[in-house]
Amino acid sequence: MKRAGLWGLVAVAGLALAIALPHLGVPSFYISLASQMWIYAIVAMSLDLLVGFTGLVNFSQAAFFGMGAYAAAIALTRYHIAGFGAQIGLGVLLAMITGAVFGIVALRSEGVGFIIITIALNEIVWGLAYQWVSMSGGDNGITGILRPPLATWDLSDNTSFYYVALGAYSIALALLVMLVRSPFGLVLRGVRDSPRRMRALGYNVWLFRYIAFIISAAFAGFAGVLFAWYNQFVGPVNLALDTSTQFLIIVILGGIGTLYGQLLGAGIVVFLSNGLSAVTHRWVLILGAVYVLIVMYAPDGLVGLGRRLAARARGRRAAAVPVESLIGEGADG
Amino acid sequence: MSGAMTLEGISKRFGSLEVLRNVSIEVKPGERCGIIGPNGAGKSTLFNIIAGELAPTSGNVALFGRDVTALGIHTRAQLGLSRTFQTTTLFPRLNVLENMLLALYAHHAREHFQCIVPRRRLRHREEEARALLARVELDHRAEAPVSSLGYGERRQLELLLAIAQRPRILLLDEPTAGLAPGDTSLVTEMLKREQGETTIILIEHDMGVVFDVVERLVVLHHGRVVADGPLEEIRADDNVQEIYLGGKV
Repeated sequence: MKRAGLWGLVAVAGLALAIALPHLGVPSFYISLASQMWIYAIVAMSLDLLVGFTGLVNFSQAAFFGMGAYAAAIALTRYHIAGFGAQIGLGVLLAMITGAVFGIVALRSEGVGFIIITIALNEIVWGLAYQWVSMSGGDNGITGILRPPLATWDLSDNTSFYYVALGAYSIALALLVMLVRSPFGLVLRGVRDSPRRMRALGYNVWLFRYIAFIISAAFAGFAGVLFAWYNQFVGPVNLALDTSTQFLIIVILGGIGTLYGQLLGAGIVVFLSNGLSAVTHRWVLILGAVYVLIVMYAPDGLVGLGRRLAARARGRRAAAVPVESLIGEGADG
Repeated sequence: MSGAMTLEGISKRFGSLEVLRNVSIEVKPGERCGIIGPNGAGKSTLFNIIAGELAPTSGNVALFGRDVTALGIHTRAQLGLSRTFQTTTLFPRLNVLENMLLALYAHHAREHFQCIVPRRRLRHREEEARALLARVELDHRAEAPVSSLGYGERRQLELLLAIAQRPRILLLDEPTAGLAPGDTSLVTEMLKREQGETTIILIEHDMGVVFDVVERLVVLHHGRVVADGPLEEIRADDNVQEIYLGGKV
């Protein structure tokens, strides 16, 4: 198909640019921010799997992300587990366990009830990180996290780590695209659109939501480990409700249910918040205004905006999917 | 031989309101049974109790001799129970083909867990879906999103999803509700083609459809079974005519 070919071209060009970026004279500070963008894009995609493909608006994604980050930090600083693979394995495992426990509690309800429960669960994990000082360092967090080498490749400089983050993003994107395009992914979208019909067809709706929840937690935990290495510091803020909300904003900015759009959302949030804070103290105000403008004029995110502009250029109109209609889903009609 | 679907002393209360009182019905395998009655007779409640969306206050539901009263909706569906909804309940953001695939995967329970399998490995299911769509001349709309279908087409797809499950018992909740006469006959034709091994339980207001499809009628009135028998016998029953004439004004 012609359009598929075009997308392939865009993807290859984007990847080439991403690989070349550290060699184009871009200051190291921005290379570092770009690493954060790749990492945030992975969490945002993991959240999009729930919000956009399963119909679950989860406010506890930062708990999975933070569990991954703390697992890596604690394994290294307390138990001297310094291996690249071991830390990723531990982070993903702890995030999946958190997801499995959260899922049992939160998936008892749907719609708004689900949202409220995930907020409460996120607060519990935040409280744990804040209060359990002997394990987590409390408000001071955990410092002195050294990036483990990948085999013999030292990752302590920004450029090397940038490539690891880029590679991780590419792998996560490929896995998630395969997942949502598979029959299993179709079942998840069925659960999103009409849980009632899915039950009548013989699907165990609860089980599919639960599996999606655990898969999503695994990817968020993976991103959390990368973030601990990137930031070399982990604190309660990394699993706070604010961070969960920020991830949701990325998903909405990028475009719910698009996966690749999450890179745009992550790029905007990472570069705007860091770029603006260097220029003015009132950066939060400007960031807020940008969010409001995007929700007003591109309620289906930047990808949706792009699609509508392209459709207008072709003289057709594409319908926008407003954010509210997604939040209402999940509840049976 | 035990019944395909057996209701035993089903009662249902909502607070002080008694919607169903001691309803017992046995439907034999392959039988086509209509449940009729004026509005408020308890038809929809009875239907939801059979499908598993509501639990009865007392009484038992059995499918093929197995007590399913405590089982959930999806477990009953896996036992061969399939249903349509009075209000069309499809997957609005998926296309017609994807709607059909979900019904077909459901019938082949292992397939929906094949997470990383590319879709082309299940190409044969796509062909199966297209063949089913061709039966109602919807195959040319396979790639269209369901939200772009007309009402009549959606009702046909609603029924087609239930049929694609290869049900042993098909529960139909007013399949022709709100349809134009032309579309009604299309749905009736679809139902007639399904006759045979499939047990059909039908709730319908359109008596033309009922007389076309079923061979046995159960009449509900104020939550009780007031008549139950072969179609012709019930049609001639004075009591039933009274309920319908009295109930309908």
